[in-house]
Amino acid sequence: MKLALLLFVVLVSNFLPSSLAAPSSSGDGYAITGRVKVEGMTSKGFGASSKLLNAKIILNGGQNVTFVRADGYFTFHNVPAGTHLIEVAALGYFFSPVRVDISARFPGKIQAALTENRKALHELILEPLREEQYYEIREPFSIMSFLKSPMGLMMGFMLLVIFVMPKLVENMDPEEIRRAQEEMRTNFLPRSS
Amino acid sequence: MAIRACLGLMILLVFSSTISTALFEDQVGLADWHQKYIGKVKHAIFHTQKTGRKRVVVSTEENVVASLDLRTGDIFWRHVLGKIDRIDQVDITLGKYVVTLSSGGSILRAWNLPDGQMIWESILQVSAPSKSLLHVPANMNVGKDNLILVFGGSSIHALSSTDGQIVWRKELSTNSLEIQQVFQPHDSDIIYALGFIGSSEFVAYYVNYKTGEVLQQSKASFKSGFCGEASLASDDVVVALDASRTYLVSISFRNGVINFQQIYIRDLIPEFSGKATLLPSKYNGILAVDIASSIVLLRVKGVNELEIIEKINYPSAISDALPLSKEQQAFAILQHDESRIHFKVKFDTDLTNEVLKETIQMDGQRGNIEKVFINNYMRTDRTHGFRVLVVMEDHSLLLVQQGEIVWSREDGLASIVDSTTSELPVEKEGVSVAEVEHSLFEWLKGHFLKLKGTLMLASPDEVAAIQAIRLKSFEKNKMTRDHNGFRKLIIVLTRAGKVLALHTGDGRVVWSVLLPVLRKSETCGNPFALNVYQWQVPHHHAMHENPSVLVVGRCGHNFDAPGIFSIVDAYNGKVHNSLVLEHSVRHIMPLPLTDSTEQNLHIVIDDNLHAHLYPKTSDSVKIFLDEMPNIYWYSVEVGKNIIKGYSLEIKGELDMAENVFQPKELWSIVFPSESETIALTATRKMNEIVHTQAKIVADQDVMYKYISTNILFVATVAPKASGEIGSATPEEAWLYAYLIDTVSGRILHRVSHQGAQGPIHAVVSENWVVYHYFNLRAHRHEMSVIEIYDQSREDNKDVWKLVLGKHNLTAPISSYSKPEVTVKSQSYFFTHSVKSLAVTVTAKGITSKQLLIGTIGDQVLALDKRFLDPRRSVNPTQSEKEEGIIPLTDSLPIVPQSYVTHALQVEGLRGIVTTPAKLESTTLVFSYGVDLFFTRIAPSRTYDSLTEDFSYALLLLTIVALVAALLVTWALSEKKELREKWR
Repeated sequence: MKLALLLFVVLVSNFLPSSLAAPSSSGDGYAITGRVKVEGMTSKGFGASSKLLNAKIILNGGQNVTFVRADGYFTFHNVPAGTHLIEVAALGYFFSPVRVDISARFPGKIQAALTENRKALHELILEPLREEQYYEIREPFSIMSFLKSPMGLMMGFMLLVIFVMPKLVENMDPEEIRRAQEEMRTNFLPRSS
Repeated sequence: MAIRACLGLMILLVFSSTISTALFEDQVGLADWHQKYIGKVKHAIFHTQKTGRKRVVVSTEENVVASLDLRTGDIFWRHVLGKIDRIDQVDITLGKYVVTLSSGGSILRAWNLPDGQMIWESILQVSAPSKSLLHVPANMNVGKDNLILVFGGSSIHALSSTDGQIVWRKELSTNSLEIQQVFQPHDSDIIYALGFIGSSEFVAYYVNYKTGEVLQQSKASFKSGFCGEASLASDDVVVALDASRTYLVSISFRNGVINFQQIYIRDLIPEFSGKATLLPSKYNGILAVDIASSIVLLRVKGVNELEIIEKINYPSAISDALPLSKEQQAFAILQHDESRIHFKVKFDTDLTNEVLKETIQMDGQRGNIEKVFINNYMRTDRTHGFRVLVVMEDHSLLLVQQGEIVWSREDGLASIVDSTTSELPVEKEGVSVAEVEHSLFEWLKGHFLKLKGTLMLASPDEVAAIQAIRLKSFEKNKMTRDHNGFRKLIIVLTRAGKVLALHTGDGRVVWSVLLPVLRKSETCGNPFALNVYQWQVPHHHAMHENPSVLVVGRCGHNFDAPGIFSIVDAYNGKVHNSLVLEHSVRHIMPLPLTDSTEQNLHIVIDDNLHAHLYPKTSDSVKIFLDEMPNIYWYSVEVGKNIIKGYSLEIKGELDMAENVFQPKELWSIVFPSESETIALTATRKMNEIVHTQAKIVADQDVMYKYISTNILFVATVAPKASGEIGSATPEEAWLYAYLIDTVSGRILHRVSHQGAQGPIHAVVSENWVVYHYFNLRAHRHEMSVIEIYDQSREDNKDVWKLVLGKHNLTAPISSYSKPEVTVKSQSYFFTHSVKSLAVTVTAKGITSKQLLIGTIGDQVLALDKRFLDPRRSVNPTQSEKEEGIIPLTDSLPIVPQSYVTHALQVEGLRGIVTTPAKLESTTLVFSYGVDLFFTRIAPSRTYDSLTEDFSYALLLLTIVALVAALLVTWALSEKKELREKWR
């Protein structure tokens, strides 16, 4: 049932050459290019691409939002050096946020790691993350599930009392019953001493 | 013993099955509804030439780009861009890509027209975000490498429309150049770019389309300056407005020679006064000028000759020109006349006659027409037919064709400002239940169908029938109050100043009203909708009256602008009363007091911190004066980093007509501005009900919650780290969380989180606060909980003290006293960024709570409060486990089944509102953004009512079986007895 879901985040340090050579006044940042990849068909039979149609890539909690192209690639431009957070919002999948470090000392050096499991993304394949199932699966009718339901339990309990309890009493030794009754009687009698 | 064990087992089994509150797929739409919107349309491009699906591509003020079905108005696809990524322009290129220019002309994206897939994205180097123009040549043959030109700031970019590569880039001028008009004469490779440098210099560039080479450039300055608007009149004349907006300046630039010609508008239009605006339009030789009272169409005959063609009185709107052929253009004029709209289409070749003239009836609550987009189609007799897409003042979108409104979209709902709820009317006597339930037979039949469904015996047809029965359930859409309190009206206020009532059953609009006081007028040029409050909620005294809501607005965005009040009937949307106040509105405090007609008392604090009491009746003043010593309020001055607490006092004689009270400052807390800035404040909901103060913990111990309605949660962050994530290092970031008592100004608790920064979201409820922030050290989001307990009641646990009456349970609780409090807190990692945070509320506060987290993916996640319990530990003891304490984990679990929004998204999520139903177990959840979503959730399952899928038929079957068994066993025992007797 669980299908392999792969997310490749390929961080290519292909900066805009012009911006790197002579940082212009508007954007003296770097570009982060990555790739989101969902492999295989989903359980509902949709193609992978249609699932990713509405996938959004979010930088730093909403500072920048971009979308994936048909081949799964996305790019953030003009990102300053520092540590950033990239989140993927795609309905039906659970993506771990990615921590991205852009080095200020070595322009162009980018490191990335998943924040959920602290796995470093080096050449850059993410472990399959899970597919989200938003609905409960309706169990097919079975006699066990009926018995487990409150009503079934109540009925079972009633049947137990009706049929088994008399048996319990029957199976007891008559001697024992008499003794128990005697004991009860003596217990209830007021002690006179 | 056996019985007890059995019972225990049973209870355990029953309860173990009630932890999750997930939904089955076939339950979608039973209790929830979802509505998709796009917002107020800014641009619209039709795509109707080809056979197949006709569509219109729109961009909106909510930063949405969407493709709509022209026949029905349904959304084919839609993308919501980032918050700061405003769309400047939208167009279609190559007949298959939608191109959007956004972020001040710096991002150009292409989307596939059929399915909305992003094809390419290009970043343009723009010196400063400025007015930008997108030019997509229309006359190019498809298949050639078409270039898209973007004019922004002082540069031109040419991009290939197939892959978004920049083909050439030209820097025109380093000064503040603003290109106003771009055009390309037919079948020519030369682009004309006209604009202004600064405010007084006009410039014309002739640019080669293929290479970007500037062929010719001419400049001239005009001494009285331009206001920055220009309209192209013909191939060599442009008309601009001067800086005072009273002169038209016609500029001819033939062959690089620039000539200015001033024309005083009053000479043309004698009744003109005030300021004129040029309407952006591209007509051949025609100019549309908006003077305050009407739109005037002018024909440009020569450089210095203008002629009035037509004057269209307000309110009216005019569309851009639609080229029909090389020589002919058509444009639409829409004009209001009471509730009707006259729709005219004219050709620019023949301005005196109309090609088309229609009259449309219009709902009066949509206001004036704001924008018109025209499109044509071929009639069967080969003549041109026209349709228009109309954007109204309330942000709704209509398609008008053949004198009819073909479809309309209530897109004002994409910009909800505030919301409240109202009860529906009580069911009148005489309406019998039988009518609702049709007949008993039908009812039973339905339930038998359901039984078949649960037993998995139903055929596909029957399954469909079951689903239909459940979805169209008449019960949930009735216009009357129900027992469980599920049916209510959600009253929302939109940014356009429209108030709409939505039915919780199916989300339909019950009534809507565009408030007249929130519309642009001469007294109030820039009205601004703020909040909506419950004004009158009759239950005892004024039963015959309808409940009403108070809508608050402001004239303009400044705090000192006069306030606007409007009181609207919650049942039918009638405006009872509306007024522009003499004072400003800074805060509004609904008081828990009502006057004799059950109108809620409200205190309005104005910009001078004076308090005004509403309603302004002597009755309310009397009630208020009794309570005045108990009223405290506070103000948070974010910029100054000060929180101040006040009470109210009367200076001198109280003017009964005015009801103005002066503030008396009681305390103030000043945060050191070099190390802290206020990032967020949060308080408890006023109407929240707490069931019990005591919390029974393991070992029969009791803890007393510190429950005070005066708790204020304040979060401050380091000034350096007040920006977005990624702007600060862990060393220079910190976050302080404060709990402040707003009556005494006492800081109850303060906690610091080193290396943490915003954005912060918080929710306060009962005796706890949960807040969400970003931990820079771990580089993960974190959620913390603070619970606060009353220590002074700790001694009451002693039974002997209770018996001997030495307890202090009956001692009055005073906000002045300084209770000893203890605080417990804990932090956990949370995966996602958060957009909104809320908590469930129930009628009596008995049901356990769930947090509702609006995630960055625009979903709403329900998370049990038990996961945010500071008493969680790695290895809970047996008794703690019995109490329900979950073993501590470092991060909060995200269970996909507990998404309230299941497989839907509330695009552009901004707020989550919870309202209690009458049924204790249930909370109504309304979340809004660009989309709306409503559902009801039961945090501990619906323990107080049978669920919707409870099978009555099964119950009946069981009873019948039991009776049968009874009869059989009875007969058997009779027989046996008889046999015994014979023996």
